[in-house]
Amino acid sequence: MTGPDPVGLYRTVRLIRRFEERAIELVDAGEIVGGIHPYLGQEGVAAGVCAALRVADLVTGTHRGHGHVLAKGADPARMLAELCGRVTGLNRGRGGSMHAADFGVGVLGANAIVGAAGAILTGAVWARRRRGDDVVGATFFGDGAVNEGMLLEAFNLAALWRVPVLFVCENNGYATTMPVEGAVAGTIAGRAAAFGMPAATVDGQDPEKVREVSAAAVARMCAGGGPELVEARTYRFDAHHTFEHRVRLDYRPPEEVAAARRRDPVLIQGDRLPAAVRAAIDAEVEATLAAAVDFALAGPAPDPATALDHLYASGLTARTGGG
Amino acid sequence: MPRLSYRRALTRALADEMTRDESVFLLGEDIRVAAAGVTTGLLKRFGPDRVLDTPLSEQAFTSFATGAALAGARPVIEFQIPSLLFLVFEQIVNHAHKFPLMTGGQCAVPVTYLVPGSGSRTGWAGQHSDHPYSLFAHVGVTTVVPATPADAYGLLVSAIRCDDPVVVFAPAGALDVRADVTDFAPVPLGRGVVRRPGTDVTVVAVGHLVHDALAVADELAGQVSVEVFDPRTLYPFDWDGLLDSVSRTGRLVVVDDSNRSCGIAGEIIATVVERVPLAAPPHRVTRPDGAVLPFAPALDRAVQPGRDQLTAAIQLTCKDG
Repeated sequence: MTGPDPVGLYRTVRLIRRFEERAIELVDAGEIVGGIHPYLGQEGVAAGVCAALRVADLVTGTHRGHGHVLAKGADPARMLAELCGRVTGLNRGRGGSMHAADFGVGVLGANAIVGAAGAILTGAVWARRRRGDDVVGATFFGDGAVNEGMLLEAFNLAALWRVPVLFVCENNGYATTMPVEGAVAGTIAGRAAAFGMPAATVDGQDPEKVREVSAAAVARMCAGGGPELVEARTYRFDAHHTFEHRVRLDYRPPEEVAAARRRDPVLIQGDRLPAAVRAAIDAEVEATLAAAVDFALAGPAPDPATALDHLYASGLTARTGGG
Repeated sequence: MPRLSYRRALTRALADEMTRDESVFLLGEDIRVAAAGVTTGLLKRFGPDRVLDTPLSEQAFTSFATGAALAGARPVIEFQIPSLLFLVFEQIVNHAHKFPLMTGGQCAVPVTYLVPGSGSRTGWAGQHSDHPYSLFAHVGVTTVVPATPADAYGLLVSAIRCDDPVVVFAPAGALDVRADVTDFAPVPLGRGVVRRPGTDVTVVAVGHLVHDALAVADELAGQVSVEVFDPRTLYPFDWDGLLDSVSRTGRLVVVDDSNRSCGIAGEIIATVVERVPLAAPPHRVTRPDGAVLPFAPALDRAVQPGRDQLTAAIQLTCKDG
């Protein structure tokens, strides 16, 4: 486990921020088909949690998952190529924005079904530990997912079997357009109490606070304490999905968005660094992303004849649909 | 030699695979005490780490198995009633089945879903009597319905060794079938077998209905020569084996314990007529569209494909053309 690392945290939040901004440009340019769920504003959560994990530790996440994958150490160029649907992408262009996975750095796949990833991670961590591997895991989900039975069942299994899983709720205030106050009876932390899991609520806009809370939880989990829940209070600065850029849904007061934007994790963490250090990281991130965009756009599109490659790991081939 | 029951063949397959491969483990409801009689003795032999009693949390433990498989294990889930598959259809179809493609081949999800007591158990009424194998064939999850003890053993072994998710339906009507089993060997997935050779008509029978088809074939022996084809695996289906049979007989009847609309019988007939000229229109005997099994035994039986219906369908096909 790493210690406090203000520079590393800044690099991560800055990387995620610029990745998302460049990705939105590529959506607007028509290079990313299908749009994305922007993570803008929530960078501190992924950065802080993943800073408390090792490469071997496991992560599952959601459709709003770019930040989790990047914070865990995936190559931004291959990630962006995946968003562009190229064979050079992390998933060879088969997963796209919502399913980015990089097993090499412990990212077992982002999941587009809300609340689905918690039980998958619980099983993965359990199986690895049964084999003798000293791993823990973190699974990310939104405030909407705490109303899904599948996730609550996962809380129960993890707590019952003392599986070291950090359940990370990114409470950004809205499940698509549904405000959390209109959706969650009781409290999010209270969900954990019902299963005997420790829970903490943390300012998700502050990457260092998220790291500190996560590192303490990971230390307790490693000591056999079982799963924990972290509710990170955050806010998405942009749309639920880039389709909103066209359809203009009206569900958040502009002054609420403006106020939230003043608590920007990139600025909060950046203010902790000397200006020269920050400028150097910014330049480094720009160079990384410029190269990532070049790499992504240069990658070949998959051959349509390979559309069903990887459908079966056993080598089974499916009958075709035509003729 | 003791005659082996179908149920005990399943137990033996689980024990043999757990012995052979440390990564195989079992999970499910009431499996430590072997409430369904399939996991008998396995807790004592392999311990609670490999025979996991689960809370009533079907969705979570099904996805837990997906995660364990992603991490290198080979989970086998035992479901106590077939309709639990409706609860976890999402977890199997939308996650376990889709992960290898969605990740661009970064993973495999070798989970076996074992459903002993599938179909009517007589008197278990509307929510415990489903036989939803056609749903899994439709979405492309490997789907196995063994009819005999040797196949129950060999197909379950192959399912556990398969790198993809596999659903093994063990029909209630077959669990107590007994047979002399001399050869405990894996049965390849996707390969059917001719149970009884014949020359006039091919009857495709699924699961426990193989035994009904054999009985009907015997009864009709003086009038019609019936070939009985047991596909054993519904997805992938042994089209070559079936087409070979129908090419010889020129006639086709399918008996299948799933609902008529979009059931496997419809797919079998469609594929055959696309590929082979038939001497007469094919027929199928199935549950009715949208079937819900009523409680009273006479009503339960009325909804299931019966021997009389099969006999009539064979005679109709052989009369036409």
